[in-house]
Amino acid sequence: MAFNYDKYLRVNKMPTLWCWGCGDGVILKAFIRAIDKLGIDKDDLCVVSGIGCSGRFSSYIDANTIHTTHGRTIAFATGVKLANPDKTVVCVAGDGDALAIGGNHTIHGCRRNIDITLILIQNFIYGLTNSQTSPTTPRGMWTVSQKVGNIDPTFDGCKLAEAAGASFVARENVTAPKKLEKVIREAIAHKGFSYVEALSNCHINLGRKNKMQSAMENLDWIDEITVPKKKWDALSEEEKMNKLPTGILKKDEEALEYCDAYQMVKDAHQGKRGKITQDDFAKKI
Amino acid sequence: MSELREVISSGNDLAAIAAVDAGCMFFGGYPITPSSEVMHTISDLLPKAGGASVQMEDEIAGVAAAIGASMSGVRSLTATSGPGISLKAENLGLAQMAEVPLVVINVMRGGPSTGLPTRVAQGDVAQAKNPSHGDYKSITLCAGNLAECYTETVRAFNLADRFMQPVFVLLDETIGHMHAKAMIPTPEAVKADIKLRKTFDGAPEEYKPYGVAQDEPAVLNPMFKGYRYHYTGLHHDADGFPTEEIETCRKLIDRLFNKVDAHKEEIELNEEYMLDDAEILLIGYGSASLAIKEAVDTLRAEGIKVGMFRPITLWPSPEERLYELGQKFDKVLSIELNQGQYLEEIQRCMGRRDIAKLTKTNGRPFSPADIIEKVKEL
Repeated sequence: MAFNYDKYLRVNKMPTLWCWGCGDGVILKAFIRAIDKLGIDKDDLCVVSGIGCSGRFSSYIDANTIHTTHGRTIAFATGVKLANPDKTVVCVAGDGDALAIGGNHTIHGCRRNIDITLILIQNFIYGLTNSQTSPTTPRGMWTVSQKVGNIDPTFDGCKLAEAAGASFVARENVTAPKKLEKVIREAIAHKGFSYVEALSNCHINLGRKNKMQSAMENLDWIDEITVPKKKWDALSEEEKMNKLPTGILKKDEEALEYCDAYQMVKDAHQGKRGKITQDDFAKKI
Repeated sequence: MSELREVISSGNDLAAIAAVDAGCMFFGGYPITPSSEVMHTISDLLPKAGGASVQMEDEIAGVAAAIGASMSGVRSLTATSGPGISLKAENLGLAQMAEVPLVVINVMRGGPSTGLPTRVAQGDVAQAKNPSHGDYKSITLCAGNLAECYTETVRAFNLADRFMQPVFVLLDETIGHMHAKAMIPTPEAVKADIKLRKTFDGAPEEYKPYGVAQDEPAVLNPMFKGYRYHYTGLHHDADGFPTEEIETCRKLIDRLFNKVDAHKEEIELNEEYMLDDAEILLIGYGSASLAIKEAVDTLRAEGIKVGMFRPITLWPSPEERLYELGQKFDKVLSIELNQGQYLEEIQRCMGRRDIAKLTKTNGRPFSPADIIEKVKEL
């Protein structure tokens, strides 16, 4: 029997405003299947999004949903989660949203290792505002703000998340929806900050001037530049240079989660334990 | 709130204590002089009370976390000073648009820009009216003494839940750092008077969070209780879902104004000191009013009949009362620690342009002598 997405969707608000062939719908469906398989009640779920095409993601889900300001997704979600530590909080943001204007919040969300899952929809461009350079736009590609070719170095969000302290880091493609569902499921089930980069196509605003006018051409290019982690590990540094690894790139189940850490603060203030000292932490500096 | 207790405290501490007494369970902030003590104190009080206080990575994140917690249904606070408000402005606009209650304490210091971080000013009065872009109606309270750092913070929480929007409490460096005796209500009295936001308890499928009368705020149930809806900074329909439908857009912004305008009497609060037989009217607010009161007493001892009008709610302004006073008094002096930000409002409400002003923007408070000298020149 076909999976029933409707029970998780605000069907009366359909269709989505995403372009025909956009990968965002694939991510939405993978997310819904992940929630269903995890058995998370819609009432116990909060989905927070930012600004951009990905910003509309939350509005279509029949849960407690918040469409915030540009880049601030994780900061809002931190308030929701700290005030409701037993609920599931998921952020959805774009590459411009979470790596440019909201980069600071991404860094510090990862650093705190608060139990929030960030699904970062990475389509290499500012799509909603019509093709401006994003921190992930490949060098040499055309953008409307750099028409002779982008000169800006690119950002590897997964490396950033890993270095900043996220305890779960993964990347998947919209061309592999089942794998995407699996990493989203594992990310939400993981306790701690989970960074999931979902590589998606924007043939309209990335592809049209970069010889990928159709969704398929754009998706083929994403397939070309991605390598599953096992294969990636065997590549030479030179071979790695213009590729991105996919799969689960980091999973640390020992790292202290922030709501748990804050419980120590509550306990200390309520006289249930002594003051917190350096001895309470394996990793101090 | 008739029963009072005596405390020895500072303005910033009293604001933090008031928040917790009023049922605040979340604080999100960032260090900034001269408001940091609010965070220092509440970071002890909240975890003790079972809430959470978090120092975020910047001012923007501080207010965002507080709004996020409030969206989930928890009374929330942020505190900062002028530069912090400038950074928080965009998210405060989201809270206006999505109708999220929040209390924002601004302990004012000298500006513009980094200004005079450790010195006093009342330079953020105009900013408090419209900190963010777009059309909405601000509610701004201003504490004029130590006790009001407590009572106005409590009132702000109840107003935020009543009108479902951010409410500013303006302190300033003088009053925030003042440390002295104050008589404030008991926590029991405050708790007995808590008025939480309205909630809908009918069938979830009939719930229309933004589908309310044109002079009422949205009814936003706490999250995770079976009433699922959408928050957005975009124009939105009765469900909170984005829309560009012409009538819905018009009615939404009209309502953001109407919900405040139609119930101003619930918000307005003023103090009138020695006004009945006065011949000269002094108008001031916040810490400036402390010097004004002393000046009134001194001048009266010399036989000069002066009185003071002090708006405690700055926005919306006491339009009618200011108009009446403008008709009654020939000589009016406006006294502010800025270049006349509220004077413009007084002129508008009184319909007069002949109002004398005494201003100061060098980071120092008024002394009663400043005011006495100016009154004698009138």
